[in-house]
Amino acid sequence: MASTDSTTVAKDGSDLAGLEAGLDALETRQTLRTPFRQTFVQKILPPLLAVALVLAVWQALVSFKIVDDPTKLPAPSAVWDVVETAWLQGELLGYIWTSVSRGLLGFCFALLIGTPLGLIVARVKFIRAAIGPILSGLQSLPSVAWVPPAVIWLGLNNSMMYAVILLGAVPSIANGLVSGVDQVPPLFLRAGRTLGATGLKGTWHIVLPAALPGYVAGLKQGWAFSWRSLMAAEIIASFPDLGVGLGQLLENGRNASDMAMVFEAILLILIVGIAIDLLIFSPLERWVLRSRGLLVKS
Amino acid sequence: MATTLAKAADGTESATHAARIDHVSKSFAGPAGQQLVLDDITLDVAPGEFVTLLGASGCGKSTLLNLVAGLDRPSAGEIATDGRPALMFQEHALFPWLTAGKNIELALKLRGMPKAERRERAEELLELVRLKGAYGKRVHELSGGMRQRVALARALAQESNLLLMDEPFAALDAITRDVLHDELTRIWRETQVSVLFVTHNVREAVRLAQRVVLLSSRPGRIAREWTVGIPHPRRIEDTAVAELSVEITEELRGEIRRHGQH
Repeated sequence: MASTDSTTVAKDGSDLAGLEAGLDALETRQTLRTPFRQTFVQKILPPLLAVALVLAVWQALVSFKIVDDPTKLPAPSAVWDVVETAWLQGELLGYIWTSVSRGLLGFCFALLIGTPLGLIVARVKFIRAAIGPILSGLQSLPSVAWVPPAVIWLGLNNSMMYAVILLGAVPSIANGLVSGVDQVPPLFLRAGRTLGATGLKGTWHIVLPAALPGYVAGLKQGWAFSWRSLMAAEIIASFPDLGVGLGQLLENGRNASDMAMVFEAILLILIVGIAIDLLIFSPLERWVLRSRGLLVKS
Repeated sequence: MATTLAKAADGTESATHAARIDHVSKSFAGPAGQQLVLDDITLDVAPGEFVTLLGASGCGKSTLLNLVAGLDRPSAGEIATDGRPALMFQEHALFPWLTAGKNIELALKLRGMPKAERRERAEELLELVRLKGAYGKRVHELSGGMRQRVALARALAQESNLLLMDEPFAALDAITRDVLHDELTRIWRETQVSVLFVTHNVREAVRLAQRVVLLSSRPGRIAREWTVGIPHPRRIEDTAVAELSVEITEELRGEIRRHGQH
């Protein structure tokens, strides 16, 4: 009797396991990697074509003498010559490195200040009421406005540049974290509490990781603000002893009425800004979203 | 206020109740003043017992579960549990930034298990819910039924004597739900954990429980109790399950009808 009983149970158990395995297999979605060809046609080709079109229009404006004044609009080839000369003289990477190292170092300082600030504003009601609105208000203040006071306070030096970057980037980073924390589903907090994650443990294990997507969006915006603030600071406060960054290059071009150099500087500022975003922040954002299944493939 | 049941003086004897709900009432501030949601509920769950709380919407069954879980405090009365209960929700509530295995390990870590033992225990728990090999899977890669099984494994990782379940299978399709009923029964019998299971599905209640407690609505009071003697393994289509379900459904309908009369 007992043995029959146990075999029924065992049989029932294996049936159940099989049924369950079937259900799991049926309901699990297979995610396939997109082939490179498809990525190339859908994501890489369109922006390349757009750039080519801009260059073609530019060249046409010069070739057909629609704008016939090299001091207003230099030919693409003239700009290329300036870039090439700077490269051959070994100065090009120097310009870029001066600005990028300032920008990234300033951004790292902004990260160190903005992160705890954002966390405190998000979690402490009184502080949020006190400085939350100021923090979001600061985001709409163009950071170029900080250049004159920073020069007066700190003088014409690197600290002044970093101060301007901080004032530009800290509010973005802090606000990103605040909105990330605000969007944490209450269910996660309840689940965390039943698992015993309260207080600091709850912040570390539940709130911070749950807020990561908003935080990374804030970092991305923070970088854009850092870069813009730095360029504003370099253009306004150009001083030979500070070393020539991309902003100073632009200002030098203006002083020399060298339009090709001005174009060179503008293009480099644009390209470096985009490159840092594409190489660091976009992959970071995609990784965070993809690992959570939040990146929907269209 | 949830307190831990006092153990015997020598500390060896186990508690006589997994949960003791003693004359508990709960009211919330509503538009018309204080609104009574739970009225004088007294209910004990014995160690190893499987109890379902059954009721229509608005009977306060989830509120009662939150009180037992210690997420909220009763307005009157006492709730005592043997340690901190584990809680499973209707939504899987797994953390999407962690893999299935790491979700379980977080529960182990938070109850103080040393790092070296966690991985092995997590694998064991996944095997218990028949998800061997799902350790490295992200939550979004799992089906609804698999997610609830990982959530069950995470709840079991707390090694609590009491497992609270708030309509955990309500969002699943019928076949998956039926399979999970079998799984839950198997795991309950293997682990001897006490379960307090909330549902509005009469057949689910009868299929799973040793005891079905029917709550009336607005305010929630205990209307009736049934002891279910049907031997396991039970099936949802068993005649005995169906007969008792019909009886309980009649009673539940009567409770609901009362609300339309005034």
